[in-house]
Amino acid sequence: MRAIGGGALVLAVITGFAGTALAALLLFDGAGFSGLLDTYTLSVARFTLWQATLSTLLSVLFGIPVARALARRPQFPGRIWIVRLLAVPMGLPVLIGALGLIGIWGRQGAMNDLLRMLGLAEPVSIYGLSGILLAHVFFNMPLAARLMLAGLERIPGEYWRVAASLGMPSRSVFRFIEGPVLLGLLPGVAGLIFMLCVTSFTLVLVLGGGPAATTIEVAVYQALRFDFDPGRAVALALMQITMTGILLAAMAFVPVPVEQSATLARGGRRFDGWRRQTQWVDGTVLLLATTFTGLPLLAVVLAGLKADLPALLFSPAFRRAALTSLAIALSAGCLSVMLAATIIHARAAIGSERRAGMALRGIRAGLSGAGSLILLVSPLMLGTGWFLALRPFGDVARFAPTLVIVINSLMALPFVIRVLSPAFDVHQARTGRLAASLGIQGFARLRLIDGPVLAKPVLMALSFAMALSLGDLGAVALFGSDDLVTLPYLIYSRLGSYRTNEADGFALILGFVCLLLTVVGTLGSRNRMTDDR
Amino acid sequence: MRTKFLSLLAACAVFSLSSVAADAAGKTLTVYTYESFVSEWGPGPKVKEAFEKTCDCTVNFVGITDGVALLSRLKLEGASAKADVVLGLDTSLTAEARDTGLFEASGVDTSATTVPGGFKDEVFVPYDYGHFAVIYDSKVVTSPPKSLKELVEGDPSQKIAIQDPRTSTPGLGLLLWVKSVYGDKAGEAWRALNKRVLTVTPGWSEAYGLFTKGEVPMVLSYTTSPAYHIIADKETRYQAAAFSEGHYVQIEVAGLLKNAPEKELGRDFLRFMLTPGFQDAIPENNWMWPAAATSAPLPEAFNTLVKPEKTLLIPSEEVAKNRKAWIDEWLAASVK
Amino acid sequence: MTDDCAIALSGVTLALGNATFAFDCRLPAGAITAVTGPSGSGKTTFLNLVAGFERPDAGTVSIGGQDVTALHPAERPVSLVFQDNNLFAHLDIASNIGLGIDPSLRLSAQDRAAVSTALERVGLGGFEKRRPGTLSGGERQRAAFARALVRRRPVLLLDEPFAALDPDLRAAMSALLVELHRETGNTVLIVTHDPQEVRRSADHVLFLKQGRIAVNLPAERFLSGTGVAEADTFMRQI
Repeated sequence: MRAIGGGALVLAVITGFAGTALAALLLFDGAGFSGLLDTYTLSVARFTLWQATLSTLLSVLFGIPVARALARRPQFPGRIWIVRLLAVPMGLPVLIGALGLIGIWGRQGAMNDLLRMLGLAEPVSIYGLSGILLAHVFFNMPLAARLMLAGLERIPGEYWRVAASLGMPSRSVFRFIEGPVLLGLLPGVAGLIFMLCVTSFTLVLVLGGGPAATTIEVAVYQALRFDFDPGRAVALALMQITMTGILLAAMAFVPVPVEQSATLARGGRRFDGWRRQTQWVDGTVLLLATTFTGLPLLAVVLAGLKADLPALLFSPAFRRAALTSLAIALSAGCLSVMLAATIIHARAAIGSERRAGMALRGIRAGLSGAGSLILLVSPLMLGTGWFLALRPFGDVARFAPTLVIVINSLMALPFVIRVLSPAFDVHQARTGRLAASLGIQGFARLRLIDGPVLAKPVLMALSFAMALSLGDLGAVALFGSDDLVTLPYLIYSRLGSYRTNEADGFALILGFVCLLLTVVGTLGSRNRMTDDR
Repeated sequence: MRTKFLSLLAACAVFSLSSVAADAAGKTLTVYTYESFVSEWGPGPKVKEAFEKTCDCTVNFVGITDGVALLSRLKLEGASAKADVVLGLDTSLTAEARDTGLFEASGVDTSATTVPGGFKDEVFVPYDYGHFAVIYDSKVVTSPPKSLKELVEGDPSQKIAIQDPRTSTPGLGLLLWVKSVYGDKAGEAWRALNKRVLTVTPGWSEAYGLFTKGEVPMVLSYTTSPAYHIIADKETRYQAAAFSEGHYVQIEVAGLLKNAPEKELGRDFLRFMLTPGFQDAIPENNWMWPAAATSAPLPEAFNTLVKPEKTLLIPSEEVAKNRKAWIDEWLAASVK
Repeated sequence: MTDDCAIALSGVTLALGNATFAFDCRLPAGAITAVTGPSGSGKTTFLNLVAGFERPDAGTVSIGGQDVTALHPAERPVSLVFQDNNLFAHLDIASNIGLGIDPSLRLSAQDRAAVSTALERVGLGGFEKRRPGTLSGGERQRAAFARALVRRRPVLLLDEPFAALDPDLRAAMSALLVELHRETGNTVLIVTHDPQEVRRSADHVLFLKQGRIAVNLPAERFLSGTGVAEADTFMRQI
């Protein structure tokens, strides 16, 4: 019951936080709903959904073979580093990622150099829908692959033995074992990526080639900044939330096999994929995925190496920004993990309630929704709204660090929930009743039962959230107080004053920190060996 | 059941929440400005040092992303803004800023400014200016456009990166530039120019990044941009293209807030802006032209820059009145 | 089968982490052999070696006179039943069993009939369309037996198949196992830690101790006392 109360509280806090911001914006100045449904806005809405749908489809489609190959090849050389590499794009500020992509795929990029060497005169241009899709796949395919990999690794070990002994070919393994599991993950993974692509902003503008390729988020940004029409911004945001909400709700009705296996899954060794042909397929898939993800990052590294790295590392500006960034990321990460843990427990508690009434089911649905729909309210809007709401209480800059931390933690929440909830659910199912029957509670429970098992997933979720928060410029830009100079802010400000070189250097450092975080997050999860003797 | 776990994590979260340091005692002048003004290489530190010598006070710069954000911030805070001076608005924003009713007359004589075309305003005081220009990579572009017309009608395979007028100042600058040259024919001009536009970025940084990375051989920036590359990188390949129709100008200004806690100090600061103590910090820190005399001649690199024969500027009021329509015109020409 | 030895491990050694295993034995064809011993003695590893889930570091494994050491699990003439997760949770029972006939589930009408017959044989007639989640533990193991039936492999390997069931059910399932064994005449290897199970069904017993075979005797002689203290103590526990 306490778990449910906690969940209700978190739900109230999240909706309250977003609601306060929206309300403050609406109350600020007469709402500007006029022209919301003009042809341009409608075409923008159409394009937003169209590119997000395509981006999601491609990210998931390409993510599947990557996740499969990684799951099937626990012994693949450098596998853990491929998994870690997949986490880096998430932590990069989008502009840096975009510049890296352009270094490879741009008009003067490596790919076009290659084509020119092969005798093609006219460079291939990615600007337009193709560029947007390319960038979205670059940022989201690794995410899809990682989330799906985690799902595949939870398949019970007996399945692989049964499959091996029945001689199921790779196609059957996919159809009867991996497919259903992936299908079960699909709504969550695709929904998350879809929302990220709907709210994509910088990538769409830089690679979209012009205002024909624009998202609603750009209009929100414009309404808040240039036009300063908070009412219109809120109206646009609500439109975005409604559209996406309808689509996600429709997706929730697609029947999905989510039946859990009878006992708790303990991932196991795999015996498939031993045929030469699948080895080649997996090797090729992993090579392609690594190249696709790695090359733009390599472009970032190469550009960064041209900077005077030691000088940058020892500059006071960097030290301050790094500390600020880490402090914000750590706080936001911890907060996010706490919120996620509370939500997961409340959901589980409500799920186990046999006669869950309307209210409880409402809370459960709300928790699932609030956990991710918050992604649709842009950080700029949350920040601006809270700025207005806090204005009567004196210098808003005082609240800025707190606001930035809360906003960052909310933005990381959907990811953290996805990383944590499988581990928490399994752990709860394994130990919940036993611990309750033995009366183990409170700190003892944490120390004896939860700590040892959950430390690893919590660490992973925390590193995930921290990487996300590190790369985020979002809310910080609004407050722009001296105390809030973060690493991405530093990068942008160097870029904004001709110092591209230094910006490249800082981007390299930031990327390296993100990689370090994912290394910490994946500590202890070595390539799986036999543990089922 | 998880409360202990949560409180542990909460402690870990609180640990890093640092409080904001309190200001030093004595009189403090608070200046809202854009971020790059106060960065370590910007004019801020030098200006602060110079002014503090004259006033026996502390200058506290609050850096906010850019000029547009600055105005938004003012509108957000309204009369409760804790600042004395707002520094960093430009001429396309001044009418809107004036309309907020938050500023009061500066009382500063601006007749001595070196801003092209002169500058007369009761409220705002200019401190620097720059002309928008197409910067090109001379290693790639061997025959740069000599006019806006040549840019518009030139070889579509030679690309330019521009900024979105809805989200960035240079983007708006180009929009106004095209408007002042083409007038009612601006829509057609945009349709032609769009064939050369590689991409439209949200801000100056993204476009300029594409340019210096070699992705695009031309970019919309300022006539002063080459000076940075000459002085900081000893690099002369990046040049500004001189346009025969003239160049649109961006004048950066500062103003005094009605509710300034230190109004007299603020007025002193505005006056100080037009003295060498302030102006000396502009060329090599803000990479713009000073709006008044400096104590020494500008660095040699500035003499090599394009000096527009004609300066274009649409009055701020007219910009404020027509901005939406003009942006719609651009949109209509750019969306097909 | 040419000789009466169904399964032979000769000079097999294997190291897994700190544990080492060495097995050398010949098991009779057409009999039920119980593999038993204290936990950690290597029962499951033994089964894994026969099934092909582990490859020996040295030595050979042969089944029915054929050297299978280098063969993949799919290529070995064995069927498997585990303690749990024998059935894919998202497939109905008929599909789960049909996979035993064709691993790509391309089934003819005749195959489907064979599935239904097998289900009836194990007492699950009419369960074709049910999902594993709706079955009891005993019913799920029956379904796993049905799949082994349609597989028609000469060797059936069972890893603690009844450990999760309550005692009454265990006895019934043992009876079913023995019945099916009599009908098919296959070779059965059952890993169990339950002395009752050994008594009920085994024709032959392997007792393992610390990764080695301590006792390898026909069931009557094993039950009448082996002289190996651990084995006799083990059998006395209830």
